[in-house]
Amino acid sequence: MHFDSSTLIPVLPEIFILTMVCLIMIIDLFLDESQRQTTYLLTQISLAVTIFITLLVSSPETQVVFDGSYIRDPMSDGLKVFICIISMVAFVYSKEYLLKHDQFRGDFFVLGLFAILGMMVMVSSASFLSIYLGLELLSLSLYAMVAFDRDSKTGSEAAMKYFMLGAIASGMLLYGISMIYGATGHIGFSEVASAVATSGTDNTVLVFGLVFLVIGLAFKLGAVPFHMWMPDVYHGAPTPVAMFIGSAPKLAAFALAIRMLVDGLEGLHADWQGMLIILAVLSMALGNVVAIAQTNIKRMLAYSTISHVGFIMLGILAGTNEGYISSMFYAITYGIMAVCSFGIIIAFSRKGFEADQLDDYKGLHERSPWFALMMLFVMFSMAGVPPTVGFFAKLFVLDAVISVGLTNIALIAVFFSIIGVFYYIRIIKLMYFDKPVDDTPFEASIDTKVVLSVNGTSLLILGLFPASLLSICTAAFG
Amino acid sequence: MTFELFLFYVFSAALLYAATMVITQRNSVHSALFLVLAFCCAAGVWLLAEAEFLAIVLILVYVGAVMVLFLFVVMMLDVDQASDRAGYMKYAPVGVLIAVVLAIELMLVVGPGNFGLDKFASPIPHAADYSNTKELGRVLYTVYMYPFELAAVILLVAIIAAIGLTLRKRPQTRYQDPAKQVQVKAADRVRIVKMATEKKWS
Amino acid sequence: MELLDSFLPHGLATVIWIVLKIVLIVLPLMVLVAYYTLAERKVIGFMQVRIGPNRVGPNGLGQPIADALKLMFKEIILPTKANKVLFLIAPLLTLGPALAAWAVFPFDAELVLADVNAGLLYILALTSVGVYGVIIAGWASNSKYALLGAVRSAAQIVSYEIAMGFAIVGVLVAAGSLNLGDIVRAQDGSLFHWFWLPLFPLLVIYFISGVAETNRAPFDVAEGESEIVAGFHVEYSGMTFAVFFLGEYANMILISALTALMFLGGWLSPFQGTFLEPVFAWVPGLVWLFLKTAIFAFLFLWFRATFPRYRYDQIMRLGWKVFIPITIVWIMVVGLAVVLELPWWFD
Repeated sequence: MHFDSSTLIPVLPEIFILTMVCLIMIIDLFLDESQRQTTYLLTQISLAVTIFITLLVSSPETQVVFDGSYIRDPMSDGLKVFICIISMVAFVYSKEYLLKHDQFRGDFFVLGLFAILGMMVMVSSASFLSIYLGLELLSLSLYAMVAFDRDSKTGSEAAMKYFMLGAIASGMLLYGISMIYGATGHIGFSEVASAVATSGTDNTVLVFGLVFLVIGLAFKLGAVPFHMWMPDVYHGAPTPVAMFIGSAPKLAAFALAIRMLVDGLEGLHADWQGMLIILAVLSMALGNVVAIAQTNIKRMLAYSTISHVGFIMLGILAGTNEGYISSMFYAITYGIMAVCSFGIIIAFSRKGFEADQLDDYKGLHERSPWFALMMLFVMFSMAGVPPTVGFFAKLFVLDAVISVGLTNIALIAVFFSIIGVFYYIRIIKLMYFDKPVDDTPFEASIDTKVVLSVNGTSLLILGLFPASLLSICTAAFG
Repeated sequence: MTFELFLFYVFSAALLYAATMVITQRNSVHSALFLVLAFCCAAGVWLLAEAEFLAIVLILVYVGAVMVLFLFVVMMLDVDQASDRAGYMKYAPVGVLIAVVLAIELMLVVGPGNFGLDKFASPIPHAADYSNTKELGRVLYTVYMYPFELAAVILLVAIIAAIGLTLRKRPQTRYQDPAKQVQVKAADRVRIVKMATEKKWS
Repeated sequence: MELLDSFLPHGLATVIWIVLKIVLIVLPLMVLVAYYTLAERKVIGFMQVRIGPNRVGPNGLGQPIADALKLMFKEIILPTKANKVLFLIAPLLTLGPALAAWAVFPFDAELVLADVNAGLLYILALTSVGVYGVIIAGWASNSKYALLGAVRSAAQIVSYEIAMGFAIVGVLVAAGSLNLGDIVRAQDGSLFHWFWLPLFPLLVIYFISGVAETNRAPFDVAEGESEIVAGFHVEYSGMTFAVFFLGEYANMILISALTALMFLGGWLSPFQGTFLEPVFAWVPGLVWLFLKTAIFAFLFLWFRATFPRYRYDQIMRLGWKVFIPITIVWIMVVGLAVVLELPWWFD
């Protein structure tokens, strides 16, 4: 093994965040209730510095260190930066919620940071082993976060369901990995890829492993028919946790799919394309249709997530660089939209009032026109209405799918998107055309308001100038 | 049949029997004990495969620690077995169907057809002084250092999660602080008061 | 061996030879256990200014045999609704590991049944399995006191096993081997080359954890006569009880012998490197090992006569908050010493 200290340079962001989370944990132990804000501030500073370090060590070429366990390439850099940014925004909203509901504890942020570390590990894994460990690190932190509100029955139930199904999914994934290891004798992605290239693709064991791999992946992404946990977890978990699960981890899940299916098993593209088509079409269909029937906005957003996951898969299954770029664009866009939508729910909630029913949004425009406008941006963006960024995300994905000749699939996607527009627009209707049922003044701290405004308008700005975000995604697959 | 092969079949048969009993026993303590037996048999099979470190660690960690805690919990809980079995028959056919399909698939894939001796040469037995432990340690701390460290972080998260979910401050509970107890001096507890002698009552 | 080989097929001869060796280890061990119980009563009697047993045979030397005979002829009572099979297996599960552990134990430089590379791990694994006897006995008895004893014991043993394991890790870092013979050879030199000096905190922790692991006073809450009658073996009588008894004392001897082996240089002469070495060269290593073991075996008895029983939360606090941190710190110290090749022990 070759090792010198320069090996550690690409891994600096992970090392830094791990060091910081250990430090924060110890500092938090010695803080009084009144100084708890320090934990939050340290968390945000660590994330900011992590972004800075990630940019510092980034470069156009690819580096593989730790004997093929760790990879640093433009894709990992881009995704890490966005994971950190989205998480920072999520933490701003989380702080708002935790303060409002008297649940401000240090372990929320510590577990959150561990989850972020897990995502970063997943994003820059170069072997099945490290990607699996990153996934477990992420999942374990999330299970604990879902049960964060210990007195909430729905929270515990959601955590239990999430844990059970997550464990089964991990088992599936691991079983698939073991099959692939058995067939190729390697666990590094590049070695597996070359072994697949030499041994040919008609290997039963390999395809068998792939099936389990895709099942595990679909579980973690929340694609139909492995989506059962999503609505319950979104509904049962405390809103900031649902927001956290719904935003940045989707980027990591995208990386999971790309690393395993593209970096490792691109040779089997013909096999996994078919599986992903089924998953994607079912997700878009079920997600969009069932979301219409929901009265709880968190549940509705869960089903909306399922449909968006379908779109992310659509880009991947195209199997071209263009498809991967569009998919990455979609995942990042989705992260920004999701965090904003939950941010509005949090800003709108108060102690004893979760603001998670659709009816709670009646007449929001009269109570707070500015945040109603933000919600409008989010809903338009999720529905894919131009000129918001959501429109371009859908457009790029469809373009990629059509260019590989899967026009039928693209048509199905468009059809279900149009169905989906209904429930997004319904919220806009509630906000703008219905009378408010209660007129408690809208209360949120100044930093939440500022971040929420920036977050909401960014959907519009990115929609008007999509080239900046697109160039980052293009660089990742250059 | 060599002695090793004979042992292999004994361990494998016992393992299968124990594993079946784990899922069919009605009493959860019995299930847990059969799981212990299954672990022991698996350790035996691993020993035959010259993986003595893994075999011993399996006993040490799973039998010696994990299952003890498991039994601890199972014995403490009063599991209502009747309600556990409600709906059992309803789901049994689907479950059996899936299990059978999966089993057949597994047998077809992980059989000698794909993993036979013609595909993979049988491993060369190691010399008597070959130390499995040393070899494992060597790769674990060099080639697989990064995954190894990650596993450590996962365990750390597990500790934090477990403590975070269970530790509650109960203000009504009274704690003893041994450090304080030790530091107590006689003067803190007993006050000797000097009093002037009182006049004799008359 | 050659003699057996001459008139038996090779495989059978090997098996018989191994069985013979096992008998050669187990028989003296059983005698030792029997007289250890007598020693206990005598020593504690002395400490409490009593005489102890003195009626059977000269100075009470026949007492253990009388006890054994009494227990053998007593009726074995099976409690109603007890789980018969598990109830009877439990005592064997206590005794079995305590005896099996001796398989890898080197009594002298060459005197070992199985010279296994991972010997230390094997012993650690077996001592951790011993707890099942207690747990199963407590559960199978279908009695409240027994169950309470089992639950206490399970929690206690799992807690102390961590500290014990870490102490052993320290030893193996210092010796650079898991083979028990190599661990002794690593202490070769003189009295001050033995590991008791550089690993002193680990010695203390290992031995105290060993006391806790064997459920002996002051950690005997699993039996706790005054609280839960006799804990896990309250329902046992006659031979089944005797087997528990044997297991407990065999375990105590095992822990003492292991401590002597890992920290006091096993079979090595204490006069190594001094002018007395040639004077005592005729003493076999087995004797030195026996004497060193006796020190710790005596400590077991001394503890029992001296200390009041720990309260349960104190046991847990000691294990988790005191022992485990100390061992972790000391492993780092030892690791550092080994890396820096600290002269005298690790050069």
